[in-house]
Amino acid sequence: MTVVKVTGERAPLPPFGEEHEQLRESVRRFVSKEIAPHVDEWERAREFPRELYRRCGELGFLGLKFPEAYGGQGGTHLHDAVWVEELARSGGSGGVAAGLNAHASIAMPPIFNFGTEEQKQRWLVPGIAGEKIGALGITEPGAGSDVASIATRARRDGNRYIVNGAKTFITNGVRADFLVCACRTTEAGGHDGISFLVLESDMPGYEVSGKLEKMGWHSSDTGEITFTDVEVPAENLLGEENGGFRLIMANFAWERLVMAIGAVGAMDRLIDAAVAYAGEREAFGRPIGRFQATRHRIAEMGTKAEAARSIAYHALRLFHSGRDCVREVSMAKLFTQRALLEVADEALQIHGGYGYMREYGIERAVRDARLGPIGGGTDEIMKEIIGRTMGL
Amino acid sequence: MATASEGSKVIKPDFESGRKHFIFTQEHEDLRESMRAWVEKEIYPHRNEWEETCWPTSIMRRAGELGYLGLCFPEEYGGQGGDYFYSIVRAECMSYSGSGGTNMAFAVQTDMALPPIYMLGTEEQKRRYLTPGIRGEKVAAIGITEPGAGSDVAGIRTTAIRDGDEYVINGTKTFITNGPRADFIVLVTKTDPGARHDGITLFIVDLRDEDGNPVPGFTVTSELEKMGMHASDTGELSFEDVRVPAENMLGEEGKGFYHIAWELQGERLVAAAGCHAGAERMIERTLQYAKEREAFGRPIGKFQAIRHKFAEMATKTEAAKQFTYATAWRFANGEYPVREITMAKLFASRVACEVADECVQILGGYGYMKEYEIERAYRDVRLNRIGAGTDEVMLDVIGRSYGL
Repeated sequence: MTVVKVTGERAPLPPFGEEHEQLRESVRRFVSKEIAPHVDEWERAREFPRELYRRCGELGFLGLKFPEAYGGQGGTHLHDAVWVEELARSGGSGGVAAGLNAHASIAMPPIFNFGTEEQKQRWLVPGIAGEKIGALGITEPGAGSDVASIATRARRDGNRYIVNGAKTFITNGVRADFLVCACRTTEAGGHDGISFLVLESDMPGYEVSGKLEKMGWHSSDTGEITFTDVEVPAENLLGEENGGFRLIMANFAWERLVMAIGAVGAMDRLIDAAVAYAGEREAFGRPIGRFQATRHRIAEMGTKAEAARSIAYHALRLFHSGRDCVREVSMAKLFTQRALLEVADEALQIHGGYGYMREYGIERAVRDARLGPIGGGTDEIMKEIIGRTMGL
Repeated sequence: MATASEGSKVIKPDFESGRKHFIFTQEHEDLRESMRAWVEKEIYPHRNEWEETCWPTSIMRRAGELGYLGLCFPEEYGGQGGDYFYSIVRAECMSYSGSGGTNMAFAVQTDMALPPIYMLGTEEQKRRYLTPGIRGEKVAAIGITEPGAGSDVAGIRTTAIRDGDEYVINGTKTFITNGPRADFIVLVTKTDPGARHDGITLFIVDLRDEDGNPVPGFTVTSELEKMGMHASDTGELSFEDVRVPAENMLGEEGKGFYHIAWELQGERLVAAAGCHAGAERMIERTLQYAKEREAFGRPIGKFQAIRHKFAEMATKTEAAKQFTYATAWRFANGEYPVREITMAKLFASRVACEVADECVQILGGYGYMKEYEIERAYRDVRLNRIGAGTDEVMLDVIGRSYGL
């Protein structure tokens, strides 16, 4: 006899509505069929096929939030959020998600938001189609959290810039066709001396100097790129010269929301796995989920995930409505990444020895999740931002 | 303003209006403003005094006069006819009282004792108890817990045995908020002592007569001294052959457990709201301190470790708040989201306790001093992980909702 009535038919939680359900279903189907079965292989290969970009482009998944004029779907960030959440929930690969989302949600938005029509035709349109792969290049060996201190130098020389420097930890960095690259365009650099230039991988002097091996995100190619006297046409300047810092800040919100929403989907996947395993695996005469400690552990995981969903959706709603939401986005990023890491670790524990085996995908989720509190803005930076919004 | 779309039962939130949160309309915000002002004017100045004397019954009457006790009850019973979100607003406004005990006493009235009477009562019962309760003319209590049964509600031993057209009640209840002064109590009894869940029946029991004297057989055996919530009087109540007319049965015989399980949901979510609001008040107070208090040449809030503590507290609190709001939306939308309500209560209680602890730490020695009131908040808030369902019971309920 159970007194507790579980949740039954339910409406989509705001900001999502019935109108997003169809997209959710089609993403789920696509990812389950064309991504999930190959993840293991792509993780071993340390890359997923380039063809996947084209396939996602063909199905419209890379252009959900971009206008039809550029080959996009003419939707909103909410549609993109549906894609991100379902890709995580059904795909089970932080690496594949990183590769696709860095392209569509980190590299392309600056071009859409700050580019000229000509620039949009050159990079946004083929990017949405999945024919060209983009990456965003800000982080350097000597500058991560301290974005203003980047050193890559772009010196103006007539109708071009000469670029020297290096970037690292660049998602898609190994095979990107174009790089939205943050450079110092004044001697001093800093908040008022940074500009964005779009570099192309076939420019002389642009070299992928390393393909980095990582703890997780194995199917995502992470590159170290060096620039030796790379000549970049002045038409490749994105936005205003020396106005790049504003562009960087503008981009962070969506990047962080993508991570938050992705974490929500990933947690759902892990909880489903843990519940299923705990319901089947028997020990001492019963399914292990019937031991109170395990039941409680799953309850903790579920609680964390739902709280994470609530704060992530709230930040998303504010972002979508055009409201100032630096505080909420930073909180959502901070909270969701830690929550996912904890949930992944708990799922690993519940799966016992099998959790440690590659085959079950749980240990991959743990390794993938570990980057969350670091990439896209460390926990410490998030706390600095939040603290400052409180006047400290 | 939220509108229902064609053919859909779901209330579509209106995001364009630029409101702070989609569950609250301008009417909610107007109430928030006026109720908060009232709390700050008529309760807050007395918070220290009431720690010693307990809240005065007159403030309940005053709240009733102003309509604050009947926000979610229909106008025909003297209520304001508002939706469920008003109870969230009310809980948040009460957080400005500085008196956790007073908040709890009010919450028992509005969110624990009166709702079952509204949902299950006969018209006569509503006339005799709901309306006076909404007016603040009668103080209500809810009697579930006993010395030998807390989490295990089905294990209660207070009996109600039929005798003619009355029931005779015998037993003891404990930890009863408002118990020492309540005019009536919604009492959870066993009408079938041999059974567990299916032997439970609710009664509305008058505890005091017209002159305020205890009814025959009813004794307040003890007023309990507690770690916190000092402004609230908490009683151990004894029932020795207390007679109750059969018409005072509330709901169906043998269905009391299910009635109460239902009641607990709304109560828990409001408790969760009280927790995030309480956490916000503590953070505000402590933030002010951190900006003023200097050490090693600067306000202590400018030390990174302290700044980060605030960031963490604010983030946790925001997550609890959004979780409660999202769940309230589900609840008001006609869902019965037991899992999420239970999660929200669990999560918010812990956040409030963690925030209280961190705030005491940030205030340093002053955090330990009565005068600064943060130590009171710490003691008050600690109950939330126990009352209205312990953390452990919450975890069990959630776990079982996954089929485990």
